[in-house]
Amino acid sequence: MKSVIKGTGYILVHTPDMVLHNGTTQTTERVVNPDGEYLKELPSHIRTFEQALNYYPNQVYIGNLTPEDLAAVPQPWHDKDCPVKDRCGKYGQIMPQEEFLLLMQACDVFELVELDREFVAKYKPQLAANPLMDETILARVNEGSDIAEITRFVNDEHSEGLYDHDVLVGCVKRAHDIDVNLSAHVMLENIASKASSVLALLAGVKNAGIDKADVEYVIDCAEEACGDMNQRGGGNFAKSAAEIAGLPNATGSDARGFCAAPAHAMIEAASLVASGAYKTVVVTAGGCTAKLGMNGKDHVKKGLPILEDMLGGFAIVVSQDDGVNPFINLSMLGRHTVGTGSAPQAVIGSLVCDPLDRAGLKITDIDKYSPEMQNPDITKPAGAGDVPLANYKMIAAMAVKRGEIDRAALAEFPVKHGLTGWAPTQGHIPSGVPAIGFARDAMLENKLGRIMIIGKGSLFLGRMTNLFDGVSFVIEKNAGKDDDSGVSEEQVKGMIAKAMKDFAATLMAQADAE
Amino acid sequence: MGVLAGKKVVIIGDRDGIPGQAIEACAKSAGADVVFSSTECFV
Amino acid sequence: MDLENQKRVKEFAEKYGPENVVVLLGAAEGEAAGLAAETVTNGDPTYAGPLTGVQLGLRVYHVCEPEIKAEFDPAVYEEQISMMEMVLDVDDIVSEMSSVRDQYCKFK
Repeated sequence: MKSVIKGTGYILVHTPDMVLHNGTTQTTERVVNPDGEYLKELPSHIRTFEQALNYYPNQVYIGNLTPEDLAAVPQPWHDKDCPVKDRCGKYGQIMPQEEFLLLMQACDVFELVELDREFVAKYKPQLAANPLMDETILARVNEGSDIAEITRFVNDEHSEGLYDHDVLVGCVKRAHDIDVNLSAHVMLENIASKASSVLALLAGVKNAGIDKADVEYVIDCAEEACGDMNQRGGGNFAKSAAEIAGLPNATGSDARGFCAAPAHAMIEAASLVASGAYKTVVVTAGGCTAKLGMNGKDHVKKGLPILEDMLGGFAIVVSQDDGVNPFINLSMLGRHTVGTGSAPQAVIGSLVCDPLDRAGLKITDIDKYSPEMQNPDITKPAGAGDVPLANYKMIAAMAVKRGEIDRAALAEFPVKHGLTGWAPTQGHIPSGVPAIGFARDAMLENKLGRIMIIGKGSLFLGRMTNLFDGVSFVIEKNAGKDDDSGVSEEQVKGMIAKAMKDFAATLMAQADAE
Repeated sequence: MGVLAGKKVVIIGDRDGIPGQAIEACAKSAGADVVFSSTECFV
Repeated sequence: MDLENQKRVKEFAEKYGPENVVVLLGAAEGEAAGLAAETVTNGDPTYAGPLTGVQLGLRVYHVCEPEIKAEFDPAVYEEQISMMEMVLDVDDIVSEMSSVRDQYCKFK
């Protein structure tokens, strides 16, 4: 049984106040340099919701423009007027902060999120008008509390403030008095991750055109951990989000592996479906508040807007072969192993060359590669370069070393086999998966044959190992149902019918002969 | 006399450039005493 | 540069003496390499870390600079790093690094 990409959901949330209050670059600066220039300058670099909509990479992320459209626009992009400024797109939507704060409250099941009564009254109708919201979720939005009470919680009870346009409109309370794993800070990060995952799940399930009851398993591959002091990463974001998203028949679990986790999770989902364990599995992830404004110092220094003001989320629906949707080729998996080492050529060799060698293919046999699709508009001013382009240059360099392309063809490789990056620097969010929606569309339109999705992860940041990590897999155009996996039920019935017919014919022939 | 031989070498690698461990292997081959090796991540 | 890494650089310079310490960088771009080099010579230009205002003047090189590359075992360099020369803008990195060393390095 093959497993196919049934549909995808991609969402962004504009969270300008969380940049200021929850991004670690900013919270660190508040500790080490509270009176510094950066914190003074920062507020004037924050984008409005309209500016966030009027931004090419964001419109690409939700599917209103393609990576090819983006590649045709000269960089930088932050100062360009985008021809599309819609908040809803083919794959999902860009949610404004006000709606998101209400969604966070709806996703909280322990009365930890409290919002100002007036704020709720003002924005609940707006959330109700959101095409992805339904009655069950709206019913979870409570009427709110007095702002005086919220202020007291922030000032005296260790709660984290929730702000909108620099005004306190709510708080996230701590869930335990002494357990740091349930502190207000951690709860805010986790509820924001859960809420953005819920939004992505709703988009993914809707776009896949499946019934919510069809989802049997959800894998969350974000980078947060939930648990308490006795099991710090106990989990389970996946099932928590599935509950709010209204997936009654789903269970799930969390897969972790830094930025490589989405690729790990996709391989797991595809295997679960291919094995017949589950019919429909959704891989989901919400966004990361800590990474908001991560490279803000460089952006402010260069007079740019704070471009890292978006939480990202995605959901990929993987289900049994329908003969139409692109399938995940599980016979062509790349993996960075314990023994691979960290040399860039060894990393690319393990993720790209090894699986191709096993399948007898060349680097150029893969039409497109989707490694880490970070938006270069964000990374270049921060000195991290154009990450996808660097990956393409590495793959091209390997192809030269292997004699599969000419050295002269180095420059054209990224154009021919690459994509221009558009995803926000939310760690796991850019990691290969943003291209799956576009690849699925292109394959359904017969415009693309094979894409390799590559996830890489910086495990060493966890201080548990010095190792790097990564896995890759290939998605291919579906040439028709069950062409590679033996026989289907219909075929079996057909064969039995034919055998019985033949048997009957033999009997009749024998009877005639007698 | 080289720059590295016999010196205490501190390595600041980059996930999207050259990782710390790759630099470490090279530095050791030059006779350096690697006292610290890390890899930074900006994404 | 990461604050924890700044702290470690400072500690090593104090422990071994700045004249005995060499910093090797693997940055992806000239500018980032230059900023890291400035941090360990003239102090943290972002005024955030333990090296703010601390002028260690350490010897600092990017691993792709020819003079440092020449000291490595060629076979090891070939295996670990060489491919990245096709990816990085080595000329830009060399010019940024030389400029910072000329201005701030105390040990020539």
